[in-house]
Amino acid sequence: MTINEKQQELLDELNLFQDWTERYEYVIGLGKKLRPMDESLHTPDRLIKGCQSQVWLDAGVQDGKMTYLADSDSVITKGMIALFVRVLDGERPDDVLSADLSFIDQTGLKEHLAPTRANALTLMAAQMKKGALEASQARS
Amino acid sequence: MARMLHSIAGHCFICKVGVGPHFSGQVTQPFRQFLLLAAKLAPTLFRPYRVAVTRLDPYTLRPRFPILHQKINGRPLVYFDNAATTQKPLAVLDASRNYYETINSNIHRGVHRLSQAATAAHEAARTTIARHLNATRDEEIIFTGGTTDSINLVASALGRSSRFKEGDEIIVSGLEHHSNTVPWQMLCERLGLTLKVIPVLDNGKLDLAAYQNLLSERTRLVAVNHVSNAFGTVNEVVHICARARAVGALTLVDGAQSIPHFKIDVQLLGCDFYAFSGHKVYGPTGVGILFGRYDLLCELPPWRGGGEMIKEVSFEKTTYNDPPFKYEAGTPNIEGGIALAAAIDFVNELGLDRVAAHEDALIRRAADLLGELDGITLYGPSERTGALSFNFEGIHHYDLGTLLDQMGFALRTGHHCCQPLMARFGMTGTLRASFAAYNTLEEVENLATALKKALMMLR
Repeated sequence: MTINEKQQELLDELNLFQDWTERYEYVIGLGKKLRPMDESLHTPDRLIKGCQSQVWLDAGVQDGKMTYLADSDSVITKGMIALFVRVLDGERPDDVLSADLSFIDQTGLKEHLAPTRANALTLMAAQMKKGALEASQARS
Repeated sequence: MARMLHSIAGHCFICKVGVGPHFSGQVTQPFRQFLLLAAKLAPTLFRPYRVAVTRLDPYTLRPRFPILHQKINGRPLVYFDNAATTQKPLAVLDASRNYYETINSNIHRGVHRLSQAATAAHEAARTTIARHLNATRDEEIIFTGGTTDSINLVASALGRSSRFKEGDEIIVSGLEHHSNTVPWQMLCERLGLTLKVIPVLDNGKLDLAAYQNLLSERTRLVAVNHVSNAFGTVNEVVHICARARAVGALTLVDGAQSIPHFKIDVQLLGCDFYAFSGHKVYGPTGVGILFGRYDLLCELPPWRGGGEMIKEVSFEKTTYNDPPFKYEAGTPNIEGGIALAAAIDFVNELGLDRVAAHEDALIRRAADLLGELDGITLYGPSERTGALSFNFEGIHHYDLGTLLDQMGFALRTGHHCCQPLMARFGMTGTLRASFAAYNTLEEVENLATALKKALMMLR
């Protein structure tokens, strides 16, 4: 499945929910299902700066594909970053770099977020692409 | 002075807030409808509360706050972020609007009628505030941009005076807002002073025994808040000021969180300076007050230079005006000062005793109901004013704040500009509900229900 197909699938799933509570519960659930990130990886260099809650992101490459680990002390934030992980994990670095991540605007979640949090989503996306860029440069 | 101006003006703007003759023939249709409605409601809304000592009824108050009648995400707004800023009653909104519609003009220097009227209204506002604080004279009231601005004014003026020398000490408390910490830290850095901190006990009160030990002949200033914005702790400022005075230190009380809840008497507090913001007491943003003892205001040097604060200017030598103008360089927030006086009149009309009793009932009910919830920690002492701060075990305050927002509740999350206090309690922040006269017990009960729902989603 391409990144765009994964984004569409996620949007379709979120659109199943009429009620904001269900939508939030679903996102929180996605966060809980993330691959566990060991606490030893909660280092300052993995911390995404500018978020009110703490968010850690670890980007690696395995067999030419991006692998992402993420964690947060806020379950909602963790759910938000899980949306990105689901879309970008296992993709080639170049595909991540060229990915259009505007799907997040269509989730209907962003409009319910405080500006600081909406901003955090942008920061998360940027951090994931940065990981892909480093992987891409290391390879070439 | 101001009282005199007030009588000269004759048609004082302050006295005709509401439906005045100047509106006739020039009002827009929606505004006319609003005026008609206001006139119809006036007998019920503006009845004299002072006649009998009755309970404050928030339901009769709420129609006077237009902003409260809206839905957030399809649910009625419940505004519990009053410690951050309060909403504004029609009396304050009308005062702002009337000012611009009728007398807008620059003050203190015009010979024309509008300037005289604006000056009279602005000085009448100063008188209203002086009386409210029980200052000994109007000149002890300085219009500033807010509490932070007031504190910076004092820090700057003191820093330029001869009252501090290297090695002197300033005492603040562990409950302070950053605005009553950072200006003093900056002054300490500049002059080589030492900042000492009154520790906070586990119950959220100040350790007054430790305070006594911090005081010495080196103490030059003690700056504390009256009420903690983070925990709602009411500090014993009378005692704190008296002890400071005993060692010859000056005192500043940050009244940002006490002004909306108590009747303030600066003589009783025994402080040298008292600072507050208009917007915390149903007034506009961008205007605040510094009360300063008159002899001190005369003694200390000015801080900002500019128009209004001078007596005479030449390139060789400039002489400075007398207080309060010495500290009011530039065109002040004229409309803000006038609207702030309208806000002060508003709380006096309600009766601050009744406001305090009502808010006390709200905060006690909130502490009782929330205290029953699983995993909650309530911070601060059991006697709180204004704010109730709490956290749930294993749950980020930010998550709860986000879900409560979805349900229409406006609460504050975070460190409340009190990072040292948060560190003292080993946390990054709390969820804070803070109350005002227009909040209802029903809203408090709905908050408890909403919290239960949010907790179910997060656990």
